[in-house]
Order: sequence, then C-alpha cells, then structure tokens
Amino acid sequence: MPAVSKGDGMRGLAVFISDIRNCKSKEAEIKRINKELANIRSKFKGDKALDGYSKKKYVCKLLFIFLLGHDIDFGHMEAVNLLSSNKYTEKQIGYLFISVLVNSNSELIRLINNAIKNDLASRNPTFMCLALHCIANVGSREMGEAFAADIPRILVAGDSMDSVKQSAALCLLRLYKASPDLVPMGEWTARVVHLLNDQHMGVVTAAVSLITCLCKKNPDDFKTCISLAVSRLSRIVSSASTDLQDYTYYFVPAPWLSVKLLRLLQCYPPPEDAAVKGRLVECLETVLNKAQEPPKSKKVQHSNAKNAILFETISLIIHYDSEPNLLVRACNQLGQFLQHRETNLRYLALESMCTLASSEFSHEAVKTHIDTVINALKTERDVSVRQRAADLLYAMCDRSNAKQIVSEMLRYLETADYAIREEIVLKVAILAEKYAVDYSWYVDTILNLIRIAGDYVSEEVWYRVLQIVTNRDDVQGYAAKTVFEALQAPACHENMVKVGGYILGEFGNLIAGDPRSSPPVQFSLLHSKFHLCSVATRALLLSTYIKFINLFPETKATIQGVLRAGSQLRNADVELQQRAVEYLTLSSVASTDVLATVLEEMPPFPERESSILAKLKRKKGPGAGSALDDGRREPSSHDINGGVEPTPSTVSTPSPSADLLGLRAAPPPAAPPAPSGAGNLLVDVFSDGPAAQPSLGPTPEEAFLSELEPPAPESPMALLADPAPAADPGPEDIGPPIPEADELLNKFVCRNNGVLFENQLLQIGVKSEFRQNLGRMYLFYGNKTSVQFQNFSPTVVHPGDLQTQLAVQTKRVASQVDGGAQVQQVLNIECLRDFLTPPLLSVRFRYGGAPQSLTLKLPVTINKFFQPTEMAAQDFFQRWKQLSLPQQEAQKIFKANHPMDAEVTKAKLLGFGSALLDNVDPNPENFVGAGIIQTKALQVGCLLRLEPNAQAQMYRLTLRTSKEPVSRHLCDLLAQQF
Amino acid sequence: MQFMLLFSRQGKLRLQKWYVPLSDKEKKKITRELVQTVLARKPKMCSFLEWRDLKIVYKRYASLYFCCAIEDQDNELITLEIIHRYVELLDKYFGSVCELDIIFNFEKAYFILDEFLLGGEVQETSKKNVLKAIEQADLLQEKTEHVSARVSLGVRKRTRICAGVLTCIKM
Repeated sequence: MPAVSKGDGMRGLAVFISDIRNCKSKEAEIKRINKELANIRSKFKGDKALDGYSKKKYVCKLLFIFLLGHDIDFGHMEAVNLLSSNKYTEKQIGYLFISVLVNSNSELIRLINNAIKNDLASRNPTFMCLALHCIANVGSREMGEAFAADIPRILVAGDSMDSVKQSAALCLLRLYKASPDLVPMGEWTARVVHLLNDQHMGVVTAAVSLITCLCKKNPDDFKTCISLAVSRLSRIVSSASTDLQDYTYYFVPAPWLSVKLLRLLQCYPPPEDAAVKGRLVECLETVLNKAQEPPKSKKVQHSNAKNAILFETISLIIHYDSEPNLLVRACNQLGQFLQHRETNLRYLALESMCTLASSEFSHEAVKTHIDTVINALKTERDVSVRQRAADLLYAMCDRSNAKQIVSEMLRYLETADYAIREEIVLKVAILAEKYAVDYSWYVDTILNLIRIAGDYVSEEVWYRVLQIVTNRDDVQGYAAKTVFEALQAPACHENMVKVGGYILGEFGNLIAGDPRSSPPVQFSLLHSKFHLCSVATRALLLSTYIKFINLFPETKATIQGVLRAGSQLRNADVELQQRAVEYLTLSSVASTDVLATVLEEMPPFPERESSILAKLKRKKGPGAGSALDDGRREPSSHDINGGVEPTPSTVSTPSPSADLLGLRAAPPPAAPPAPSGAGNLLVDVFSDGPAAQPSLGPTPEEAFLSELEPPAPESPMALLADPAPAADPGPEDIGPPIPEADELLNKFVCRNNGVLFENQLLQIGVKSEFRQNLGRMYLFYGNKTSVQFQNFSPTVVHPGDLQTQLAVQTKRVASQVDGGAQVQQVLNIECLRDFLTPPLLSVRFRYGGAPQSLTLKLPVTINKFFQPTEMAAQDFFQRWKQLSLPQQEAQKIFKANHPMDAEVTKAKLLGFGSALLDNVDPNPENFVGAGIIQTKALQVGCLLRLEPNAQAQMYRLTLRTSKEPVSRHLCDLLAQQF
Repeated sequence: MQFMLLFSRQGKLRLQKWYVPLSDKEKKKITRELVQTVLARKPKMCSFLEWRDLKIVYKRYASLYFCCAIEDQDNELITLEIIHRYVELLDKYFGSVCELDIIFNFEKAYFILDEFLLGGEVQETSKKNVLKAIEQADLLQEKTEHVSARVSLGVRKRTRICAGVLTCIKM
C-alpha cells in the first residue's frame, strides 16, 4: 500500500480537482472556479465558526486555484489562523499558503511573524522546521528584519536537532542573499565553519552552501574552512562506495556534498599550507584517476554523479591555474568526452575546454582537439552543442590555425541558426583581422561574410573593411576586383552594395583598364542596384557617382543625367535631394583641378585621432564633439528630414570610434587638414541642418568641401551627422558619483567580474574581458523589486579629456525593466591612449513614479589594458636601469590593510595584469612584475616591484614606466589593493 | 538554483518553486517562455541550455518535464541528479508515482521538495532522512485526523490507468 494513503483525507479537494480536470473548456473551468470561490467566500463569511479541517480544506482549494494561474484576493486571514493550530497538517497547509501567496500586507505580516516566532520557540523540531521553511521560502526583507538575528543562534545551539540545523543553515543563506546587511556576523561564524566537521552528513551538506555564500564577502573570516573542507573531501573521495550508506548515490559517495566542497574551495586561492595543499592535490588526482576506472553501474545516474564531481574538480584545477600537470590531464579527460555518446557530456566538455584554452599551460593541449571540434560543429544535431563548439573554436584560435578555423566558421555560418549568426559574424570578423597576415584573405573573408550572412553584418564590420582597404595600398586593386565580381551576383546584399560602392568610388580606377570592368560597366553595375536600396545606401552611391566623374571623365554626361533626373533632383528625401543638387552643381561649375582636389582619394585613416578634431571637441564641448563623431555613422538623413531639432540637450552618445568590437579601428578620418575655422563651419552646418534646403542657391564652396571631402560613412561630415536617437546627458547633466564610487571601483582593479553596485532597488553586475587595448564589458542591471522600472537609461559619460583617451561604445537597453528581471548592456571599450580617470556610468530610471539617478565609476582602469610580459632577470634589470629618470618612477610606502598573504598578493598582482617574474629579485619575499599597457596611440612599458615587510606590516611599491603620470597612477591604484 | 518547474507534455504547469523574488507577472512570463522552449526540443538533445543569463537543466520523465534554472557557476550534472533524486523521493512516497499523484496531492509534492531543497540548495540528500521527515508528519496527521482517511483512493485507482507511470528508472 503506498504511503500516501496515510491520513490523506480531503475528499472535497479531490472532488474539486476532478471537476476542474473534467472541464471541457477554459470557460467551463472559470465557471467552476468562480462557483467554488463564491462557496468558499460564503463559508468564510458565514456566522458558523469553521472547524480546523474545513478551514484547511478551503485554504488548500484556494491554493490550488492560485497555482492554476488565477488570482486570489482573500483567504489570507484564514491561512494565518491555521498557523497557530496545534494540528500539524493544518499548520502545514497554512504555511504552504503563506509561502506561495505572501503579500506585504503589514497587518498580516505581523501576525505571520508572530506565529513563526511561537513555532521557533516551541522546541518541537517539526514545528521549528516548518517555520524555518516558511522563512526560507518567503525570504523577504520583513522576514529578515524579524528573524535574521535569531537564526544563527538556532543554527549553532548545542541542543538543536540535526534537521533543524539543516533548515536553519539554508534559511539563513536565503536571508543573507536577500539582505546581507541584516545578518550580523559574530562569534557564531567560527562555529558555523566547524559544522564542516559534523557527524551528520546532511548538516554538512546544508552548512557548506551557507559557508560558500558567506565567505565570498568575508573571505578572511572563513579562511579556516579551507583545511576542514579539504579533509572532509579527502575522506569522501577515498571512501569505498558503500561506506557512506544512504549518502552514497548509485555507488558514488556523497556526490552533492563533494561538488559543494569543491565549489567552496573555488572561493579561495590554492591552500598555503603545504600539507593541506598536498592532500588536496591528492584528492584531485584521485578524482581524475577514478574517471578512468570502469563504471560500477551502467545507470546514467552513476555516470552523471561521478562526472559532476569530475567537472567540478576540473573547474577547481582551472581556477587554481597553477598545476600544469593537472591542467593537461584535465584537458585529456575532456578530450575523451568530446566523442562520448552522451550529448550532455560532449556539451559540458566543449564548455569546460573553452576556459582551459585561455590558460597558458593547457592552450596547446586544447588545440590538439581542433579536428574533433570542427567535426562537432558540422555534425552535432543540437544547436546548443554546436554553439559551444563555435565558442571553443574561437577560444582556441591563434595564428597557427586561424585560416582553418575561419573557413570552418564561415562554412558553418551558411547553415547556422539565426539566433547565433550575428555572434558568429563578429567572431569571424575579429579573428580574420586579428590573425590576418595576408590582407587579400581578410578582404575575401569579410566579403564572404556579407555574402553568406549580410543581414547579420553590422556596420562596424563593414566600416572596418573599408578602413583597412583604404590604409593598405597593396590590397586596394584586389579589393576593387573582388567587389566588382561580387556585385555581379543577381541578388546581392545591400551591405555588399555599400562596400562595393565605396571601394569602386575610391579605387575603381585600378581595374578600369580591363574592358570587362571599364568605367561605364562599373557605373551601370552599381546603378542597376540603386533603385533597390535604402535611402542611406543611395546617398552613399550618389557620392560614388560624383567620385566617378572625377575618376572617369567619360562617365560625366551619363552621371549628370542621372543626377538631373526628377527622381533625384526632386526626391522627397532631403538628403538625397541635396546631394543630387550639390553634386550636379559641383560637376558643372568646378574645374577639373578643383574637382580633383575636392574628390581626391581618401587619405589613410590615421592611427590615432586627429589632434585638430580633438581640440575642436574640447573647445566646443561634448555636443560638438559627438556631432562630429557621429558623422562616422551611417548617414541616416531621415532624422534631418523629419525635422528633429538637434537641440543641445539631446546630443548623441559620444562614440568616437564605432569600430568593430572596439578593434583598433581608425577614428574619424582626419578632418580635412583644414584650419579650425573649417571645423567650426562643420558644426554650424550641422546645427542649421533642418534649414539647409537645396533652395539656398549657390552654396559657398567651403560648404561643398565639408559635404564632399569625406563622402563615406566614416566622414566627420556635419550634414550626415545623425542627430542621434540616444538622448544621452552630457557630463554636466549627471550627478556626481556616489560617495562609495571609488571604493566600488577599487574592488575591480584586480578583477573583472563581480557586483558593481547593489541597493534595495537595483543590482549592477559586471563581467568584462580585456585583450590588448580592447575590452568588452557586460553590465547586468537587475531590478530587485517587483515593480517595473520605467525610462530606464544607463549611459556612459566621459568627463574632461577622457573621450580622447578612451572610446566606450554602448548598446542601448530596453527602457523598461520588469520587476525581478535583469537586462544586459554590452560595452565595447577601446583604449586610445593612457588615461587617469575612469568613465562614469549614469543610471536613471523611474521607480513607482519617482525618478532615480545614480552615478558610478565604470570599472575601467588603465591597468586593464596591461599585457603581461615575461622576461629574464637580466632583461628586467637592463630595462629597470633604462627607466631611471626620477619622473619615471613612482614609489609608495604604505601600511597593509589586509593580512599579508603571499598567495593572495600574487593573485592580486596577476589580476592587476602584470606578469610575475620569479628569480629576479634577490629577496624571494619580494614580487617583481612586468607588463605593457596597450593603447592605440602608444604602448607604455611598465615594471613594478612590491616589497612586503611582514614585521612592520608595511609594503613598499615601486613603479617605473616610460610615462610619468602612468607611473603615479598605477602606483596609486595598486597601493590600495593590499 | 533559482527556480524549479514541473510541467506536462501539454504545457500544463504542475509545480512551481521560486527561490528568487519575482513578481507574479514575471513568473508567468518565464514559465510561458520556458515551457515553450523546452517542449520544442527534440528527445536526443542535450539536457542543458542557456537562457537569459541562466542555465536551464531539464529532464523528461514519462509525461512530465522537470526543469531547473541554475546560475552560471552551478554544476549541470549534479542538478540533473537533483531532479532524479526528487523523482525518486516522489516515487517512493507515492509508490510508483504518476502525474495524477502530483495533481491530486500537490501539497505533498511541495512538502517533499521543501525537505529536499531549501532556498534553492540541497538540504538533505539521504532518501531515508527525507522520507522519515515526511512520514513522521503523516503519522502526526493520522493521529489527529478524524475525518475519513482513504476516500481519495478510489479516485486515484481509477485515474492511474490513464496516466503513464513515471518510469523514472527505466528511462
């Protein structure tokens, strides 16, 4: 007889559920529910007092109705009454109802808390557990306020039953997660750590979760847990499959506890104590060895439990990243899984290998699996597995295998799922550029991208190919020929027309010698696409045409005819109309010399931003600067056309280089090397935008100049400037950073991920990665309330000169954030030159009608662009001596703010970004590091030395770099970390 | 773990447990989205998927899908076995459990879950200990319960036939 029949007795409930199940339609169901609700309401309101059983039954029915997805607006009081019943089942149902349907009615909360308090004090373990479960299930701040102080006591009390301890530990964990400020640390914390030694495995299982969470914020207070966790783990790992009785799961001893212990250890660097470390390494080796043993059972549960421990072990090995032997073993183990018949294991192996690829010890070992991974990309039937394979290929790519990987990814793109195409496109574009030795390969790759997945090629990608072609004359002829061929396809993507139009306008002459691509052929090929294209592309093509008149005088008559046609000259679109009018006039008034000067080939994109432009921006404030920057964007003339007034308060996001994921893109091409007077003119034309009608008559030649000089998307051309949808506040509109901003920033100097900010409403998490002078940051904005945030707008602002030093490109996020939801914002960051102050992140939104605003410092500091450099002692000293000018050195002597722990220091210095050099300093206690700060404009070599003095609890930090402010700044940043 | 959902092949939600504070609206939205996503997946596909910034781990037992959302650093395989252990607990308690047991005794399904997982973390992995806690409660219940005990049996017997037994171990 099934156990369930024991005391299972709510007949009315069973009948009601049956009725609902028998309803033929949604309407019938609603009707039946309404009938029941009316019945219950009348029972609750009736004169006759209900007995406990009926109350329980009706409350349970209400719960059922709610869980079906209907609203319930009464019955709370009856449920609260059940809490104080001394019958277990009534109490239990009462608690369940409260857990599921809690609302913050203050009157009720008081009553509920009262009932909980009574049960916690009852000394009846079953009642205590029920109360603790309820607190854990609700987990609200009110509950935290009422109980956070009591629960630690229950948890460590000598006379608490094991089951109560377990519930108390996890209950406390939930409260701590919800409102950490409410849980007071105290002497109980030491006793919690000792629960790791508890005889009852269930107590240990619950306690580890709590400790793992607490130690993240207070690592030093919980440090003793390392050795306890290691010895516990070691006992489990070495136990026979039957030793742990009911805690053995399909012949695997305590898999859940093992995984949790391994996770706990990942909160810390490798143990310092050699004995502990030795024991741990032994454990890790045992797990790796066991993976090779034949399975003790054929059940999937056995292999899952065993492999869960194995994967967690590998995570720990990767986390330590210090045992080359274990890393390589881990890699080999994962390699076996790559061809396992279980899809789950293949998926996890691909995922785990991605992290291994970034470790210097295992990168080469990962690379040996390239063929298997490529095969996975081709043959896996599950898109999520293919996605993992693509990620891994990207992670393992380097100069040696780039061609192979890029071509495989391109092939995959043809059949890739729509959801991941854009990502693949970006990855291919990045790899192709990064590892290009031969630029014709690069051009082919990008054109292939456009051909295969044109819709997913963002403008950054095709801007970039134009920049590279413009800057490299060895590839221009090839590019012209290739785009010409590509354009011959009957249906080619609009992005191809853009790239083709631009390249032929610049370099069409290089292929004009061939009669198959003579000027008239080129022109008619482009013009055959013209009518199919959007306004933006057509505007670009008109610029190409005027350039053709200069390049190929024989096409002048034809092109003038096109420009003169009513469809151009009287085009409804102002931008097109103006271009047609101006170009037509230009081609008829200007002499060939003037034409040749005005329409000269684009100069190479400078490697750094033109100083004239930068000066202009400073003079004009952020508004002018960004207007110019935005000239680089796709000319989206309809904004002007639509008469959107570019008022000073709605200037666009300063995005000085909308480059491909922040890849070393050229900034706005040097404005025509014109005096700053012309620069002013650009701005003036811009602000008069809507008024600049073609009917102005003969436009002054300077205006032509500004219109024509940079006829490309990358131009700082005022008329093409996009008055910009993003109405970002200028720096002057945002408030000062919050007082804790510096402290929060400091937390991120040596690490890239974590929670940047948290208050009762909002949590902001950060994940970022940096490579050379580029970075990508993900900001996660979590709405902690249950109310939607409105007008949510996070923006990045560059105070002062910063925008000439750092380019941050932001993607906009939805302006509404639902309660409990999280939105993600991606930032592409490029370091243009060294900088001292971080950009500001301003977050504004309306919460319940009240405007909220918050300014933080974005955790981007100069050391993020550090590239570690390994060097021998001799080289180090030689360079050290070279940097001996007094202003190149910065030194600080300061007191230690944290315990002086060599491993922690090491981890911090590595996190800071420099390489750590062993055997350089004669004193082994000292740390010596070297690195190069990569910015687009320049590289700053950097040497550092940190001398701890354990006795005095002091440090001396010395920095030498080739730039004085950098030395001082790095020194300040780093000194705050110890 | 952030939440756990049980739903049928027809997309009907049978159990929902949330370990993070969310509004009812958001819960409904998540449920709708996930049920759709998971039901659309083919049988041989892997049990994990990325969803928003969470990882979803799911497994089908007969007519029911068990679906957990875990965080980035959580272990997928052990979560799969959390699901399995929960199914085993239900199975042991109800005696070869079927979807109908969970429908008609939904409160029991919640109670068992609370003994096993609390605040999204595993509290007790021993099958014996979890069931002991529940059975103690049942004994308490029997002692205090005056009203007819076995009435619902008829309903259960009748309906078991039409629902597949949750063949958790055979699958």
